[in-house]
Amino acid sequence: MEVTLNVKRYDPDSSKPAAYYQEYTVEVNDTTILLDSLIQVREQIDETLTLRCSCRAAICGSCAMRVNGHAVLACKTKVMELLPKSGNTITIEPAGNMPVIKDLVVEFNVFWDKVKAVKPWLQPQGPPPQAEYIASNEAMQHLVGVTGCIMCGACVSDCTVLEVDKNFLGPAALAKAYRFVADPRDDADSVRLGELNEYGGIWDCTRCMQCVEVCPKGVDPMGRIMALRDKAMQYGYQNTYGARHATAFTELIKHGGTLDELRLPIKTYGMFNIKQMVKLIPIGIRSQLKGKRPPIFHKAIPGVENVRRIFKKVENKR
Amino acid sequence: MIDQDVLVIGAGLAGMRAALAAAENGSSVAVITKVYPVRSHSNAAQGGINAALTDRGDKWEDHAYDTVKGSDYLGDQDAISVMCEEAGQEVINMEHYGTIFSRDDSGHLGVRAFGGQRQARTFFVADFTGQALLHVLHEQVLKHKVKVYEEWFVLSLVMEDGECCGVTAMDMRTGEIHTFRAKAVILASGGLGRVFEPSTNALICTGDGMAQAYRAGGSLMDMEMVQYHPTTLKSNGALMSEAARGEGGYLLNSEGERFMKKYAPNMMELASRDVVSRAEQTEINEGRGVNGCVFLDCRHLGEKVINERLVTIREAGIDFAGADMVYEPVPIRPGMHYIMGGIQTTVDGVTNVPGLYAAGETACVSVHGGNRLGANSLLDTLVFGKRSGLHAAEYSKKTTAKNIGDSSAKDEKVRIQALLDRTDGNEAFGKIRLEMGQTMNEHLAVYRDQQGMEKAREKIKELQGRYQNVIVQDKGKTFNTNLIFTLELGFMLDCAEAIVASALERKESRGAHTRKDMPKRDDENWLKHVVVTRTEGGPSISYKPVVITQWEPQERKY
Repeated sequence: MEVTLNVKRYDPDSSKPAAYYQEYTVEVNDTTILLDSLIQVREQIDETLTLRCSCRAAICGSCAMRVNGHAVLACKTKVMELLPKSGNTITIEPAGNMPVIKDLVVEFNVFWDKVKAVKPWLQPQGPPPQAEYIASNEAMQHLVGVTGCIMCGACVSDCTVLEVDKNFLGPAALAKAYRFVADPRDDADSVRLGELNEYGGIWDCTRCMQCVEVCPKGVDPMGRIMALRDKAMQYGYQNTYGARHATAFTELIKHGGTLDELRLPIKTYGMFNIKQMVKLIPIGIRSQLKGKRPPIFHKAIPGVENVRRIFKKVENKR
Repeated sequence: MIDQDVLVIGAGLAGMRAALAAAENGSSVAVITKVYPVRSHSNAAQGGINAALTDRGDKWEDHAYDTVKGSDYLGDQDAISVMCEEAGQEVINMEHYGTIFSRDDSGHLGVRAFGGQRQARTFFVADFTGQALLHVLHEQVLKHKVKVYEEWFVLSLVMEDGECCGVTAMDMRTGEIHTFRAKAVILASGGLGRVFEPSTNALICTGDGMAQAYRAGGSLMDMEMVQYHPTTLKSNGALMSEAARGEGGYLLNSEGERFMKKYAPNMMELASRDVVSRAEQTEINEGRGVNGCVFLDCRHLGEKVINERLVTIREAGIDFAGADMVYEPVPIRPGMHYIMGGIQTTVDGVTNVPGLYAAGETACVSVHGGNRLGANSLLDTLVFGKRSGLHAAEYSKKTTAKNIGDSSAKDEKVRIQALLDRTDGNEAFGKIRLEMGQTMNEHLAVYRDQQGMEKAREKIKELQGRYQNVIVQDKGKTFNTNLIFTLELGFMLDCAEAIVASALERKESRGAHTRKDMPKRDDENWLKHVVVTRTEGGPSISYKPVVITQWEPQERKY
């Protein structure tokens, strides 16, 4: 059948550079891969259409782009799966959160800078052994999932935190960091976690799941960030708002069975943190006006002892 | 002008290993690559890397013998010995760098079986070993702060008094052309798969390095030896790792028969690649295929093994062929995969052009001869990448930089501008590339004959003529991939010329070069390498004897 590819284009060399959309019609069948259609356009219809691609097998990470608003790897995506319920037009745009160079080609320098920032190389203590490091297959298998990352940038493209805060290290770099923290051969965990605990690090993720959704390799960046948070707290990095928020959250649920929304920010920021407390006042007033103010005395739910029992079970397992 | 001791072209495994070796030797090193390093095609090697580790009772001599036999006795045995002897050290080195090799129950490195070898000695990371190694080597390049010019496209070698003293390259981001001066240049720019259509190779595998050396007077060797991988998907030519058979997968014909028993009763599916590909092609030609394919059957391995060890190719089967190997056999056929030939080098990467080195798929040492064993290519890149880096670093200490001006860059600017300004033409790069690829795949595939190869020679000549009329539609400076593809096509046509000339020369069947009209191996006359150089009048052929140290040629049975 005929499908229309509506491609967002940008030519920096034109006299008045501005983004615009251009439609290309291609013939596809059930198994046609999006990248093959784009290559067909580039080779047969319009040689000026510019995109990065290479392996055609979802291993080199070149061809991440936004299709119908979400990041995909073009070489791993069938055209038919992208068709909307009505109509036969697919909208193709460059990956997000990175400046556009030309058409679907985006600037990756900041992406690499953030990867470099997590010191992405093995840091063992002392000289290596004569033969290989001894490590369990289980530990190595655990790393297979995260080292499957091909640095395509799909997660970075759709990260909702990066959209508002360019300082966030982002899902790809943090997943890379996890790869070393979880490696039994790496001895720099404490230093690494200390750095990841800083502003822009692990606590800036809002857990929106976008990176997990769009990752073409099942790397689960958000899951890795959560695992890094756990590790950081185990290593004694308790004194960030994020860590205290997590601790307070846990304690409150354990105590009352449901969340005490009034005490959560107080416990997170500290009662005598005047600046933060003042910041909470307008939120308090707004919630009062909307009738959404949490109760001052939070009552434990009936059967709270069952909730506590669950906590005990989980804590013992650790 | 940009000045270095050692300049490495390409940031795959060979290139980055060479750069690290040279940097550790104290040289100033830079790498130029047309893609970000982790996009390089070393990524695509799936199954593993071979090494005979002595601490587990394996011997490098056994690995070497398997390699010699696999090469159909065309590999140089001194070079093969070097590779196999240094293999263990390189694998351990990559483990120390951080590669997460699979382990056995004792926590030591685990191995899997691979084709053409009597012992399991293939170390692996699931079925993405190449990617795992490439990313780890990139980590080391970052750690050692090696300067990498990313997304720069090399146009030509700079020659002065017959010596190579740098390159010209275009910054793809701006379209600007610069001269890089170096005391030694290492070409590690990979293979030429795109000369064929289809191919398992990435779109970047366009033989740039081989063509650049060929144009500058370098010798290409064993260019007729083109490997067709036995298991590629029909739909898009994607690779299904040999690991599938290494883990125990079967090959079936349309009658459900494990046909390899007719061709290689002992090794069955794990015979060397040329043998398996020929067997498949014979089955298909004799009517025991389905839609030009036979089947890879892994159902009996079970979902757990497949998910743990063959996860990438399971996905590829689902994505590209609509077949989940857990539940059904996957249709596959032989597909162009690798070139054993390349720029002729010594075991230290030295070429016949002073100052020029080569390593990896772009080079030909020759360790693969007529047929490369699976999991020897990653090994080749690391061992000879490192040796080239070390030798080039030493060479650069003894060499003074040539006094070259910026004229090379100026010449290239004129050439490129003329190409962009061309108005009298009616050809498109895409069409010529497709015709070239289909021609090569028709006449220089698993089975060849004189008539077909002559047709190919004429066709390539015709395409070289038509190439002079290609119009580049994109006239821009920034990221002009249209221009890059056109330049790559020029390189590929030169490579095709060298392949066809070499193949027509070899009047016997050996390894991957199987002639229907001359089906026998002829050791008396053809136990020698075909070497091709470029002259005004076209390709010129000479020979180099095969180095035999301890393994006399025998009939090859698996």
